[in-house]
Amino acid sequence: MTRRLLPILAALAAVAGLGACGGGDDGGGGSGAAAADAEKLVVYSGRGEKLVGPLFADFEKRTGVELQVRYGDSAELAATIAEEGDASPADVFFSQDAGALGAVQAEGLLSPLPAATLDRVQDRFRDPSGHWVGTSGRARVVAYSAERLKPAQLPDSVFDFTDPRWKGRIGFAPPNASFQAFLSAMRIDVGDARTKKWLAGIKRNEPTLLENNIQTEEAIAAGEIDVGFVNHYYVHELRAERPDFPVENHFLGRGDPGALVNVAGAGILKSAEHADAARRLVDFMLSRTGQEYFARKTFEYPLIDGVAAPKGTRALADVHGPDIALGALGDKLPSTLQMLSEAGFAS
Amino acid sequence: MVVAALAALPVVYLAVRAGTGGADAWAVLRRPGTVAVVGRTVLLVASVTAAATAIGVALAWLVVRTDLPGRRVWGLAAALPLVIPSYVTALALIGTLGPGGLLPVSWLFGFPGAFAALTLATYPYVFLLTAAALHRLDPALEEAARSLGRRRVAVFRQVTLPVLRPSIAGGSVLVALYALSDFGVVSLMRYDVLTRAIYQQYRSLFDRTPAAILGLVLVVLTVLVLVAEARGRGRGRVQRSAAGAARTGETVALGRARWTAFAFCAGVIALALVVPIGVLVYWAQRAGARPDGADVIGPAANSLLVSGLGAAAAAAAALPVAALAVRHRSRWTSAIQQATYASNALPGVVIALALVFFATRVAEPVYQTLALLVFAYVVRFLPQALAGAQAALARVDPQLEHAARGLGARPWRVLARITAPLVGPGVLAGATLVFLSTMKELPATLLLRPVGFDTLATEVWSATTVSAYSEAALPALLLIAFSAPVVYGLQLRRSRGTAGRDGSAAP
Repeated sequence: MTRRLLPILAALAAVAGLGACGGGDDGGGGSGAAAADAEKLVVYSGRGEKLVGPLFADFEKRTGVELQVRYGDSAELAATIAEEGDASPADVFFSQDAGALGAVQAEGLLSPLPAATLDRVQDRFRDPSGHWVGTSGRARVVAYSAERLKPAQLPDSVFDFTDPRWKGRIGFAPPNASFQAFLSAMRIDVGDARTKKWLAGIKRNEPTLLENNIQTEEAIAAGEIDVGFVNHYYVHELRAERPDFPVENHFLGRGDPGALVNVAGAGILKSAEHADAARRLVDFMLSRTGQEYFARKTFEYPLIDGVAAPKGTRALADVHGPDIALGALGDKLPSTLQMLSEAGFAS
Repeated sequence: MVVAALAALPVVYLAVRAGTGGADAWAVLRRPGTVAVVGRTVLLVASVTAAATAIGVALAWLVVRTDLPGRRVWGLAAALPLVIPSYVTALALIGTLGPGGLLPVSWLFGFPGAFAALTLATYPYVFLLTAAALHRLDPALEEAARSLGRRRVAVFRQVTLPVLRPSIAGGSVLVALYALSDFGVVSLMRYDVLTRAIYQQYRSLFDRTPAAILGLVLVVLTVLVLVAEARGRGRGRVQRSAAGAARTGETVALGRARWTAFAFCAGVIALALVVPIGVLVYWAQRAGARPDGADVIGPAANSLLVSGLGAAAAAAAALPVAALAVRHRSRWTSAIQQATYASNALPGVVIALALVFFATRVAEPVYQTLALLVFAYVVRFLPQALAGAQAALARVDPQLEHAARGLGARPWRVLARITAPLVGPGVLAGATLVFLSTMKELPATLLLRPVGFDTLATEVWSATTVSAYSEAALPALLLIAFSAPVVYGLQLRRSRGTAGRDGSAAP
């Protein structure tokens, strides 16, 4: 038997070997003796390769710095960095949302960013203590079925969705970090009592609970629900593949918690061995080139002045949730989860 | 011992995390939702296990022992759903039965959908192990019973089934552990079970203690599953005192039932294999898909490499544990064995974080290398290798080995000439399971792979995170295409019968 198993394994190894040779860098020996000819930088990216890979490649071409990018889920990478502690190989943590950055910072693992970097964005889009900075904005919107609803039928405030006429027509994803950030923002804005009342009102309307924003969009397209609380860019992503995807974004009124603008952002680790190159990468993301990339390729809002918002979205100046620093949302998260659980939206 | 200790690392990690948290973290257990979640978990695991076992055993018997039309093809097709990531099965069910699908039904989401998708994704565990056991079954046993005047049904119940019990029980445990640890299906089907609660806790980030405590609840459930398995395995032991006749047992003529059986096989495989592949093909051809073959060669090679290494390492690690559990049965050894199972029920992300925790503290040189990744696969999938090895070893009579030793053979020679040929197919079946599971493994691969080391599974994930289903389809189809020959090789070997015990198996 062993003799028969061996050829199979040998063949597998041979195929794999060939592939590795053909592929050039297989990364297999990552931690081995690194040549000191090119500067290297290790990035943990909570944003996918399809989204931000080309931006990283551009950075490498312009600076000669070699990037080693570990792609994963933002929350899982944050937990990984927390477990690694000082031994983390990462120099930069690039996260899908401010919450994961806040978690790493709460472990005391991020180093402060230079004022020149922080000052490129408005106060509300960066950590109050200066440990991370937003790199692109994403607005909370109400996604709706273009087939069953007209824009005029949609209310101006998220509070109006407790009206019985929305019964059985609403969907959202309680486990989603952006949804939780929105709820935290609502608590800071209008207080816990009113937030609880809103949750109870939504509960009475028997919403469909989903796992994430994409599921929510799909449920609208499939006719299961008519409106969903999501981030603005998903519909653009889905349209890239299905141009006739029958969902549109509705932006809520100025100052409404349902119009919160969240960020993806970056921070540099205290244990970074290449802090200099790390700062260059963060600055590059906040440069004109980087910001235009986000606007064009990921349909997100640029955060520096003078770069236009992505096509087909409302201007950032007109998309304005409550005046709340995003850094303040993180501390609220545990109690927000508790509130979701008590309202029957999470276990 | 060492193997078991290493495999139990994730449990140790959970204990450390749970122990270092504040006392109020334990309040998570008293939340009203938690009890309901545990109840739903038990319900789902129990029903999936029962259904997958029934389907797996029925298919194995039909394919191995009857004149079912096209049994070779069924044998291959019935094992293949194992390589389809279970969330693809779930997406396929939603695509066909969900809102806006071909045959929309209102009851899909929740328990029914999760139950159906998990059953279809996991019955191959039982099928593969039972089929392997049926192939190795000494026909003399059944023939003796028949010659003593027992009817066929009675023979099946009194002779065949007891011999198969360790394999069936082993497969069922794998099903139960899979159902306990799955996250993809229950999230798509919106059924709230423990893993979903654990993920939610991890996503909340600030305190990992509640997640660890819920993880320990999963470990407790695993122990319950294992206790049930020990019962299911049966007290009696059936061993072969000789190599047995070199052939498979008689083929049962199904008669008029032939086409009913055919329809049964076709139905299961249509749902578990054809529909998911159909959905993938549909995605692949959808507008905007420009499959670039060159992009997937590297990841495909990487997938084959790590899966091959994972399978070999898991099989090697499983043998001593199996030998200990089978030959030196005691409370102690069964505790060791159960420790290796506990990790299998934990969601992959827990295992990955446990290894991050230990590797960065005590084994930094291997952190984020292939070595640690393969080690993670062994920890995650050891029970699958073990199920194969243990069931096979249980049927080998130690007297045979003793006799060989008595005749002057050295231990390695006894192993090579006596034990290895007899347990070979079982070990190989176990290694195949590990191979196929590793091909689609995602959470541990994402966190522990060397930087830039892409596999087909990570490619699928990378595409689905931006809802680019058409780009996800190609690597997913390749995953199936590359795994098929492995399953086929295993089936082919079997259908050649049991030739090769006459010394040709020497190393």
